[in-house]
Amino acid sequence: MSTQTEDTRPLAKKKKKVPFNYSTFIRGGKLPHIWCPGCGHGIVLKSLLRAIQTSGLSQDDIAVISGIGCSSRTPGYVDFNTLHTLHGRALAYATGVKLAKPKLKVIVTTGDGDALAIGGNHFIHACRRNLDMVIMVYNNSIYGMTSGQSSPTTPQGMISTTGRYGSIEPTFDTCKLAQAAGATFVARGTAYHFQELEKVLHEAIMHKGTAVVDIIDACPTYYGRFNKYKTATEMMEKIEKEGTVSVKQAEKMSPQELEGKLLRGVLHKSDRPEYLDEYNKLVERVQAKK
Amino acid sequence: MTVHAKKFMQGNEACAEGAFYAGCKFFAGYPITPSTELLEIAAARLPKMGGVFIQMEDEIASISAIIGGSLGGLKSMTATSGPGFSLMQEGLGFACMTEVPCVIVNVMRSGPSTGFPTGPSQSDVMQAKWGTHGDHPAIVLTPASVQELFHETVRAFNLSEQYRTPVILLYDEIIGHMREAITIPAPGEVEVIDRLRPTCSPNEYKPYDTQHGDVAPLAAYGDGYRFHVTGLYHGADGFPTNNTKLIEETGQRLLRKVDNNRDKICKNEELYLDDAEIGIFAYGVSARSAKFAVNELRKKGIKAGLLRPLTIWPFPEKAVEEMAKQVKAIIVPEMNLGQIVYEVERVAQGRCEVKGLFRTDTEPIKPAQIIESITGNGFFTTSKMAEMMVDRDMLDG
Repeated sequence: MSTQTEDTRPLAKKKKKVPFNYSTFIRGGKLPHIWCPGCGHGIVLKSLLRAIQTSGLSQDDIAVISGIGCSSRTPGYVDFNTLHTLHGRALAYATGVKLAKPKLKVIVTTGDGDALAIGGNHFIHACRRNLDMVIMVYNNSIYGMTSGQSSPTTPQGMISTTGRYGSIEPTFDTCKLAQAAGATFVARGTAYHFQELEKVLHEAIMHKGTAVVDIIDACPTYYGRFNKYKTATEMMEKIEKEGTVSVKQAEKMSPQELEGKLLRGVLHKSDRPEYLDEYNKLVERVQAKK
Repeated sequence: MTVHAKKFMQGNEACAEGAFYAGCKFFAGYPITPSTELLEIAAARLPKMGGVFIQMEDEIASISAIIGGSLGGLKSMTATSGPGFSLMQEGLGFACMTEVPCVIVNVMRSGPSTGFPTGPSQSDVMQAKWGTHGDHPAIVLTPASVQELFHETVRAFNLSEQYRTPVILLYDEIIGHMREAITIPAPGEVEVIDRLRPTCSPNEYKPYDTQHGDVAPLAAYGDGYRFHVTGLYHGADGFPTNNTKLIEETGQRLLRKVDNNRDKICKNEELYLDDAEIGIFAYGVSARSAKFAVNELRKKGIKAGLLRPLTIWPFPEKAVEEMAKQVKAIIVPEMNLGQIVYEVERVAQGRCEVKGLFRTDTEPIKPAQIIESITGNGFFTTSKMAEMMVDRDMLDG
């Protein structure tokens, strides 16, 4: 991704061409990023930056926080308040930052291993609290940074370095897990459908409460290579394009047709009270008693 | 001086009072015996003070949240005990590496594992120094009374803010649960130190810029300084680096900022050390028994003295060295199977005998045991130490 060239493609929502200057949001001298050729993380980052821009929030009022893994390198590249924490712990750190500085819009960039395996406990409790933050799960069904081990979203039968004969473990569905745990905004996008992703991320940012966005973003270097996808594009098409259907498309499809497909778009929205609002009410209540 | 009402207070309560006095506005924790009172007091008090309290899902999340809270600009604290302290080790290392001030209380109970949750112990004293991986600085305070717990909690926050490093308050279940008289000083009476804030413009700000000393000013997230923090080795600007020279320099600086300030960080109480022939090195609850023992021994004409560290890490090397030069033997009573005794031995370098007096049945070491270990009637009758005592006719004293 270049910081120099202006992207003149239309924003997802608006019809007219809007010039977009990525260098506003990318820290000088921090590129190139570490992501492999063919990886969709850069595309996701573009969608995120564009979604942030349309949110109208000041860069000073945004915190981007991550754990460990490929997706967790995002904070180092972007010009916000940024924190690169420990494996699985991003949401606990994010909780601390948000509570100490409520004006910050906290965006967590995490992966399937980071959020759902080592950070699984923090993930469900963050969703349960419904503290205002965006949780972006860059879901590539593998541990990319450590060279391709099985993760909680590696589909059964697929190959990894720790599942050499095909994974036998059932998977987590990030969105179902998030909804069941109490997240008040749950959506899914893919790196392939980047404009749709921008829209969904924008909505997630504007949502008050815990917003989880599962982003299907396949890993060509390990997942793709181990599982015989010839090219990164072929992999994206098979997994991200053909493997998903939008909520709208799904309405017209039979359960048989939907079998094995992941739904894209906003899957759940509710307006349960947000954690900080509740905490502030509690503070008011106990202070009035004095 | 203002006259303050004396209060009767539990150790953990005094710790909480000390934290609030020092300006603690953020507490995240998880219930665990025998530290739970701190969590409960924070839950009751912080909302009234406009601070933040949150009960997290575990101790890993608790220490993570307080580091986040501190980066958000609030003085932050958590409290736990052995099993929770084990879980906090990765966060502790992160706070050391990223130089984020915070205070971690470990009210020691008996281990390993679940051990004996309701009984006292002093067996985390090495974990407090070495529990997290990698070379890292450690400041660990060991108060021994309710009043002292208040003051040492304030000092823990001060040191943490001053040196941008986590500080551990390490005391045992007895100190945590005992009730004693305490006087809470008026605001302003005890110094409260806040971290240095940047005075430069956001464009010039580097979170690890050490051109004016080993400790750099720390901005808060959201205050206009958009800085980066990572647990990876980093340069002055906070961004990860592969530069081998920078990696070594950063690692050395982390240790140096504590090592070079040992004189300011170390704090000891000394009793009858001027002419002591037998030294006792004791901390926490064991030091209370040791103090009693020393006074009793003096009554018997035995020249015993006590060195009691209030800062156990960095280890009070200078004071122990001085004591080792002077005394014939140092007794180290501790409620574990031998931990700090080896540090004393290391520093004594054979200048005198060093003997541990250990107890792990969850009962405190009694003064009589310490006296007996010196007069030769107790634990160590067959030891060289005791033989030496007998030779010197100390039993007659």
